[in-house]
Amino acid sequence: MVTGARHPVFGEFRGFAVGLVSTYQLRLARKRWRFRAFRKRRELTAMQNRTDLIRRSDILLFSTIRNERTRLPYFLQYYRELGVNHFLIVDNASTDGSTEYLAAQPDVSVWTTDSSYKSARYGIDWINWLLLRYGSDHWTVVVDPDEFLVYPFCDSRPLRALTDWLDAGGVRSFPAMLLDMYPKGPWKALDYREGQDPFSLLNWFDSGNYTITPNQRYGNLWIQGGPRARVMFADQPEQAPALNKIPLVRWRRDYVYVSSTHMLLPRGLNLVYDAWGGEKASGCLLHAKFLPTLAGKAEEEAGRREHYASGAEYAAYREGGEDLWCRWSEKYINWRQLEILGLMSKGNWA
Amino acid sequence: MLCHTALERAADAARHWSDHGCPVVIHVDRRVRKRAFQRLRRSLADVSNIRFSDRYACEWGTWGLVQATQAAATRLLADFPDVQHAYLASGACLPLRPVEELVGYLAARPETDFIESVTTEDVGWTVGGLNIERFTLRFPFSWRKQRRLFDAYVRLQRRLGFARRIPAGIEPHLGSQWWCLTRKTLTAILQSPDRAAHDRYFKRVWIPDEAYFQTLVRRYSQNVESRSLTLSKFDFQGKPHVFYDDHLQLLRKSDCFVARKIWPHADKLYNHFLSADLARQPAAEPAPGKIDRIFARAVERRTAGRHGLYMQSRYPQGARETAAPYSVFEGFSELFVDFESWLGKVAGMRVHGRLFAPERAEFAGGETIYNGAVSDSAALRDYNPEAFLTNLIWNTRGERQCFQFGPRDVQQIGAHLAQDDNARIAVISGAWALHLFRSGADLGSIRKEAARLQKIEADHLALLRRPSAKGRVRIWTLAEFAENPMDHLQTLLEDINPRSARRLTEVPRMIDLAGFAEFLATLRNQGMQPILTGDFTGLPRPAESLPQRSRPHLVK
Repeated sequence: MVTGARHPVFGEFRGFAVGLVSTYQLRLARKRWRFRAFRKRRELTAMQNRTDLIRRSDILLFSTIRNERTRLPYFLQYYRELGVNHFLIVDNASTDGSTEYLAAQPDVSVWTTDSSYKSARYGIDWINWLLLRYGSDHWTVVVDPDEFLVYPFCDSRPLRALTDWLDAGGVRSFPAMLLDMYPKGPWKALDYREGQDPFSLLNWFDSGNYTITPNQRYGNLWIQGGPRARVMFADQPEQAPALNKIPLVRWRRDYVYVSSTHMLLPRGLNLVYDAWGGEKASGCLLHAKFLPTLAGKAEEEAGRREHYASGAEYAAYREGGEDLWCRWSEKYINWRQLEILGLMSKGNWA
Repeated sequence: MLCHTALERAADAARHWSDHGCPVVIHVDRRVRKRAFQRLRRSLADVSNIRFSDRYACEWGTWGLVQATQAAATRLLADFPDVQHAYLASGACLPLRPVEELVGYLAARPETDFIESVTTEDVGWTVGGLNIERFTLRFPFSWRKQRRLFDAYVRLQRRLGFARRIPAGIEPHLGSQWWCLTRKTLTAILQSPDRAAHDRYFKRVWIPDEAYFQTLVRRYSQNVESRSLTLSKFDFQGKPHVFYDDHLQLLRKSDCFVARKIWPHADKLYNHFLSADLARQPAAEPAPGKIDRIFARAVERRTAGRHGLYMQSRYPQGARETAAPYSVFEGFSELFVDFESWLGKVAGMRVHGRLFAPERAEFAGGETIYNGAVSDSAALRDYNPEAFLTNLIWNTRGERQCFQFGPRDVQQIGAHLAQDDNARIAVISGAWALHLFRSGADLGSIRKEAARLQKIEADHLALLRRPSAKGRVRIWTLAEFAENPMDHLQTLLEDINPRSARRLTEVPRMIDLAGFAEFLATLRNQGMQPILTGDFTGLPRPAESLPQRSRPHLVK
């Protein structure tokens, strides 16, 4: 199903854009991103390389972090329980002990770098390199330390059940939309302890205000909305952050992430949706962004200007958006609830 | 037992069968590495009634699978003369009921062959739409790896009218690969004098493992029961559904003897069903109904999905969908005083104001955020008005939505309304003139505004009247509607809620039309022709209107 240009995309687009020229342009773009990742490998220093422990069928997780010490214990625990076998992490100059903590974990390999997060295209160049080097022929999860994957039956079936099922159907990529989670009341006042489940505090979300725009060049869907659009970007919706993500991919060495985990090349990997009315299987990334640690980060990042739109988003977090809760916020229960609400789907997995 | 992966699980199952007195012959795919095969052999070396047959490469849908089955079956019949029934299982099969129950079940039916065997005309489930053509065309290309060539070659053969001759005595039947045959039937098939001819023919049939035994059994068996004792479900692409730990209760209650395919890491299933103390159940017939329904629903979700839902893995192209019918009222809040609360009261629902007003979305009850946390921000709404509407309709499933619309609103949604077969649109054309009539602004600006609104409304009506429009649309001119409002309102209410077809008792108050005809005349004299309002000359005051009926102008 996910086989590149043969997939029906959008009416008028089909005629010319998926023509030879654009296919060739995308091919060049893919090679360019891969070469860029190859150059950026020099910015990484292996601080603790345990990749010799990786076995053939292991599920690997890739992430870039910066000062996430309090979040890391629960993050690692969560993905270990899902069945991730090895973590490959780029540490962008942490100063809070994250590096040492990670290096001490038996199933984590750590690379450190002091280079610019922004000029590594928000870390994705580094991740692309690690994927190229270690990810080939593995199922790979690429997430930020505040993103927690939820997929159909995740409370009764490990991640390997999902990847086996995807393998059986010849599916190479699995989408999981970012779902911003927030508390009732101001998030800056929360008391989050190391190791705590963040969703015991952040247990509300927006259930039905997402907008989708097809990206005709890459074939992916561009999703915006949720509490950030509702509260912080109500006057400039086009600036609202993208929520579409494809974090789970059966990696091959000629793949490459183009922009964060929003889209990949070759473009067939982005066609994770059915265009004829059916539903493919999909999950959600519960986003534990709105913890008090964000406030300190927002201060730092707004000054550092190392994030998207020069940290405009972080500026927004500093200024407003204290209480994201509203009367129509939905209280989080489990994945079944998300599937009933239409935020994710079981597809034909039963 | 045919195995190709998860050999440890296959060994568990084989041991289970043999522990309960059933000899097992295992066939391991030749593509399995030697080391893994040897490990399996060693792990079962202590069991005397487990044998291994000659190995063939078993690629999906190829002749190798039949060869493997033949070899294993031959071995089984030769090595174990007491065996009366042979059960073809895979390494991913799991017995759900005590083996003794299966043995008893078969002993009570000593002459019966359990094999799904259906004529090609009756099969509805084949992959690729090939039924009888499986038997009459040639398939030199792999369906999985060379799909384009496969399809092209099939097309070519169809065009040329090519057909293989089906040998005499063979009546094509298809069915599940997993069967249970009597010694007598199996021996007849394997030792048939025509075996070489059969094999030669079936070697070139597509997916012979679903056809070889299923067809030949019709020739050699007197007592075929056309169903498989193995519970095995396929999805819409023809790949088997897999069972996991959370299916435990479903499987237990299915009363089936064997299920496939089981996920190799489903420890709970293996532990439960292979445990010695499996509680004896009453000797029930297999009843996989509930499992059937669950998997049928899964296929439906994958192929049809939830109508009106736009999300990350469902984005239907073409006409926009919505989840449920909704009503759009155009011009009503101009003609009637407080129309929304009147409608809300008589129809018993919340009624929105102008959802597409330029300032903000006027949700019912003056809410700033609505179901699903949809915001009333005009900027957010206008960023993607179609998504705004589909979201609202999806979020309020089960509650009829009604809203006001008109030429003073943001128009982009108009095209969607016209195309959506869930839209019930009622238009009083020219009602915007009432708004201007009451505004008391100076004539110059009114004239200009009237021209603008009339142009917008005319364009909108043209959209609604297009032959391709799918929405259910009723259009009256203001004059038509004002003449006989009660009948029209009654019709609209029955549209929204057919069950409460009471006669209207409470009437919405119409605004005072005194002087309106003169107002229109003035506009006309100023050079602005208000065509959409209809003809107001000589229209009696509504209070004294005669009970004459004018039919609504029903477009579709």
